[in-house]
Amino acid sequence: MGLEEKAGDLGIVTTTLEGVVNWGRTKAMWPMLFGLACCAIEMMAGQASNYDMSRFGLELMRASPRQADLMIVAGRVSRKMAPVLRRLYDQMPEPKWVVAMGDCASCGGVYNNYAIVQGVDEIVPVDVYVAGCPPRPEALIDGILQLHEKIKRDKITDHADGKPIRVEQAERGALKPLG
Amino acid sequence: MVMHAHAYPNIEIPTPSQIAAVALDNEPDENGEQSMILSMGPQHPSTHGVLRLAVELNGENVVQLAPDVGFLHTGIEKTIETKTYTKSIVLTDRMDYLAPMSNNMVYVAAIEKLMKQDVPERAQTLRVLLLEITRINSHLVWLGTHALDLAAMSVFFYAMREREYILDIFEMLTGARMMTSYFRVGGLAWDIPADFIPTVEDFLTHFLPKVDEYEDLLTNNLLWKQRTLGVGVVNAADAIALGLSGANLRASGVDWDLRKTMPYSGYETYQFDVPVGQNGDIYDRYRCRVQEMRESVKIARQAIERLKQMHGQPYITDNRKVAPPPKSEITYSMESLIHHFKLWTEGFRPPRGSAYMAIESPRGEIGCYVVSDGTPQPWRVHFRAPSFINLQALPHIAKGKLMADLVALIASIDPVLGEVDR
Repeated sequence: MGLEEKAGDLGIVTTTLEGVVNWGRTKAMWPMLFGLACCAIEMMAGQASNYDMSRFGLELMRASPRQADLMIVAGRVSRKMAPVLRRLYDQMPEPKWVVAMGDCASCGGVYNNYAIVQGVDEIVPVDVYVAGCPPRPEALIDGILQLHEKIKRDKITDHADGKPIRVEQAERGALKPLG
Repeated sequence: MVMHAHAYPNIEIPTPSQIAAVALDNEPDENGEQSMILSMGPQHPSTHGVLRLAVELNGENVVQLAPDVGFLHTGIEKTIETKTYTKSIVLTDRMDYLAPMSNNMVYVAAIEKLMKQDVPERAQTLRVLLLEITRINSHLVWLGTHALDLAAMSVFFYAMREREYILDIFEMLTGARMMTSYFRVGGLAWDIPADFIPTVEDFLTHFLPKVDEYEDLLTNNLLWKQRTLGVGVVNAADAIALGLSGANLRASGVDWDLRKTMPYSGYETYQFDVPVGQNGDIYDRYRCRVQEMRESVKIARQAIERLKQMHGQPYITDNRKVAPPPKSEITYSMESLIHHFKLWTEGFRPPRGSAYMAIESPRGEIGCYVVSDGTPQPWRVHFRAPSFINLQALPHIAKGKLMADLVALIASIDPVLGEVDR
């Protein structure tokens, strides 16, 4: 399976540094153990026996943002929660990614009202949006695989000026301070 | 009757700002001991959602604590005021997202009470069946996460495995795994598929031995007993004074189940027992809920037997002012076309007035208070959320306990933050 088959008896594989780094990043993502609402239950179902997200390298859910590199925003983000969410995002070390799970996190969903942030991309840069209310665990897994594809296309030169690409994205995005 | 705070002198519930004030005035006492303020949550693996607890600690002991809620405030009650009665059913699912059917039920039942609308017997029986399956579904998530919080990980995987079976049943019935929105005023949204009853029967046969499996893992487990027996005791008088409901109340020895005491949807005609605890500790709450799962299977089986006799009976009322006519009727009946058009463009208009309806959700007494001003939108809808009221008992129960017990306590109260904050 995999590497051994491709490499045969050669004992040597040639690839680019970028390829190895990105491959490593996709194969062991540590999502933050962070649920907000209904979608978190589907995320739990994704971690449980029937779906088993650890098949895709998401074995460890870390409760501390400082040990996580993937934030799955699972559920609706209220105005009171928004600053907390942003702070958690800031505490995550680079490189980091965000999946907006479900309609509420993507665009506010059915709640077009005073209480809910209309899409979590108002406060953190989002890499993948997963539709559904709530999305099935398969949909979440598909979203994460899409994210893996995205990471594989990352260029190391993107980070060449010493400034992490995410901060640039954040500065370009509609990141307005809340309240 | 007016309740005064001093009627229950042994119950003190601090506010988060009172806890914060402790931090400002935090001098060591004569023994050099100093308390510490710990903010637990809103992002914490054991708070079951986005609950924040401001905890004053003295070493490992909780001096006092205050829950800080509202991190998931969604404005559901306010949003319901802008929608027609039927459209809002979708919003009620998303309050207590572990038991969407119970929320649907209490909302439509309150409107039915307001409109004095009858529900066909088959629809009522189906409702009972679905409510009991929902109860099992919700208790499975509670059991899994409760055990996970006390570091018994396998129970979580076992419970989620059976839960997937229930979700498959819901998906077969409604097309959605979690957010079913299946109940309608006057009945149900559509008829059950042909293989629904055999599938549910198959599930019930499959599920009952699994409850023994969970009990094998936990009930006589020494570690489990040490963490739960005699921990977080609430006596019956305090439980009533705090307004607890559901298994939290019954574990304290109060035999109060709305399915028995204020029956709805024909619950009075079913044979089942209400498990009641004695000590009011975490272990009793666990025993009550596990036993409730068995009782739910019992009720579901009776409902299935009745449904087999009711084949072909209506699943929704034939009152065309409330329930839309069948699609086939629209092609030849002018009245049906008008009713269809009026219901989907405008909605129905309940009479002016208000109604309160309460049912026994997996978490306790969930109530819905609907006020109508005669327009197609409700003037006000309020939910008595059992999670919210059960959660406010936490400062009283956790006072003087160990920090490690606090995690077990939150899990045993079984709050759903979507319902707490709405």
